[in-house]
Amino acid sequence: MSGTNQGILASFDYLDSAAGAIEALRKAGFGKRSITAYAPVPEHDLEHAMGYHQSPVRVFALVGALTGTATGFALAIFTSMDWPLVTGGKPIVSIPAFVVIAFELTILFGALSTVIGLFINMRLPHLRPLVIYDPEFSAGRFGVYVAAAPERIGEARRILSSMGPTELREDPEGVAHA
Amino acid sequence: MATATEEKKRGALTHPDVTSFGQVNRDILKILSRPGRGWWALFAVALAGVGLFFGSWFYQIMNGVGVSGLMSPVGWGVYITTFVFWVGIAHSGTLISAILFLFRAPWRQSIYRAAEAMTVFAVMTAGLFPLIHLGRVWHGYWLIPYPNSRFLWPNFRSPLLWDVFAVTTYFTVSAVFFYLGTIPDVAAARDQATGWRRRLYQVVSMGWRGTDREWHHFGKAYIFLAAFATPLVLSVHSVVSWDFAMSIVPGWHATIFAPYFVAGAIFSGVAMVVTLIVPLRKIFKLEAYLTIRHFDAMAKLILLTSLIVLYAYLTEFFMSWYSGEEIERSMFWNRLFGDYWWASWTMLTCNGLIPLMLWFRRVRHSIPALFVITLFINIGMWFERYVIIVTSLSHEYEPFAWGMYRPSLTEMGILAGSFGWFFFWFLIFTRILPPVAIAELKEVLPAPFRGSGRGEGVS
Repeated sequence: MSGTNQGILASFDYLDSAAGAIEALRKAGFGKRSITAYAPVPEHDLEHAMGYHQSPVRVFALVGALTGTATGFALAIFTSMDWPLVTGGKPIVSIPAFVVIAFELTILFGALSTVIGLFINMRLPHLRPLVIYDPEFSAGRFGVYVAAAPERIGEARRILSSMGPTELREDPEGVAHA
Repeated sequence: MATATEEKKRGALTHPDVTSFGQVNRDILKILSRPGRGWWALFAVALAGVGLFFGSWFYQIMNGVGVSGLMSPVGWGVYITTFVFWVGIAHSGTLISAILFLFRAPWRQSIYRAAEAMTVFAVMTAGLFPLIHLGRVWHGYWLIPYPNSRFLWPNFRSPLLWDVFAVTTYFTVSAVFFYLGTIPDVAAARDQATGWRRRLYQVVSMGWRGTDREWHHFGKAYIFLAAFATPLVLSVHSVVSWDFAMSIVPGWHATIFAPYFVAGAIFSGVAMVVTLIVPLRKIFKLEAYLTIRHFDAMAKLILLTSLIVLYAYLTEFFMSWYSGEEIERSMFWNRLFGDYWWASWTMLTCNGLIPLMLWFRRVRHSIPALFVITLFINIGMWFERYVIIVTSLSHEYEPFAWGMYRPSLTEMGILAGSFGWFFFWFLIFTRILPPVAIAELKEVLPAPFRGSGRGEGVS
């Protein structure tokens, strides 16, 4: 987003205050993309307030798993045909034996692709210093950050302070970074 | 399936002395401070074990695999036994982290990080044994299918190659699963650390901030990974069992092998978790996090799997008698009353009889008793694999082909040293990563609410 935004970071001791702040902000017309919630644990209340549904990670899981199955069968069948050698009187293409290979590669590719999909969707790694952050967010506090145009920032501040934050911090750069 | 609120209620019952989110961070991150003298002493012992392990292996590499006791007809001995032992140990970590996660068992949270670390390090130990057993370890890469100048491919009809795929997949997936779970906790450690630790945690946590986006996708991906890991863990020990069951050696060729091995693996693994967690709890004063309820739940799991294993033993004996197959009968008679009777009776006593004490609540609630019982189980499960492998190979079809196997000093050195190698990694783990899952533990604690007065917020 453009650099003309400003931002406010509020820290809350209580989960319901943070969830309430998000709901109030969204009701006041602040977009989902301009709000970021911080929490030490995954909280249904916050996810609900942010209005999340399905995660695209599931597509990565499915595609990875299917690719793995195909690769497993293809590898075992191709290599057996490439040097056809009868062992134990079994057919060259012994599907039951190859199921094991296909199964293991299904899991391997599925899991790795899930992890890749996760990192893409989480937008991690993010190794630059954490500017808009409070170390207490990993301990026990909940945070709500909102980025808005300068003329709306006053309204955002009013909503956030009405929920009784422990701390309010201004962020002159204001990037919707999540 | 429990709902989220129900889970929290049950979680609060499991850890009655842990009340606030901030307390979890303080108590767990404290462990990562400077190690005491006890830790260094243990670490020195582990290092000596590592030295013994690689020294013995080096001796075997220089002098050839003849320095082991392996000799026709017994071509698989301590190395394969110990391989199966360590792979088995690994299994309960995935059980606790993935299967109990899918079942929403509220007691897994404070155990699973240590159990998962155990899985990763146990597979790291197990994976070395096929290489040691190879003798010419420098040809180990021939197991990998790659286009080579010999125009040869590995035989995908062989269970041994299935094993290569199963174990490497298991190592990769369990390591990734373990790493992923640590990310939020490493971020928590980062926020309190200074100096080199802070820089290290910054990189390892990948800049995790705990935003709504991160948690949302993380939670979903975690479920998928658990769903991938669950069939994986069942498949790995099934494949290991097929290394034996697909052959026609009497005592190996049985359809019961896959479930029997999986149950045995979980049995030995949970026992090892208890063996590891008892000193961990004591040294790091984690009594509030690893309560009697946890030990009770694990003891019940041990009891259940012990009964399955005992049932499998009895089924094996019954089937060999009921089949009317002379060679099978003679094989199992030899197992109980032949040259290796001591190994078989150790196995039956440690795995079948001693765990029956866990029927009593007083035993399940006594941590010293549990510790001793699980030590016996660890020994018994090593002997189980020894019995399966060695007694079967030493007593096959033709009496003139029978023979005895005696492990050599080199093999014993590698066996003992493998424990050093395992504990070397585990001890480092307890100092670098939070050994109790911080974020997941908080999931079963009541969140701080302004209205209800539950919880107390950060202090």
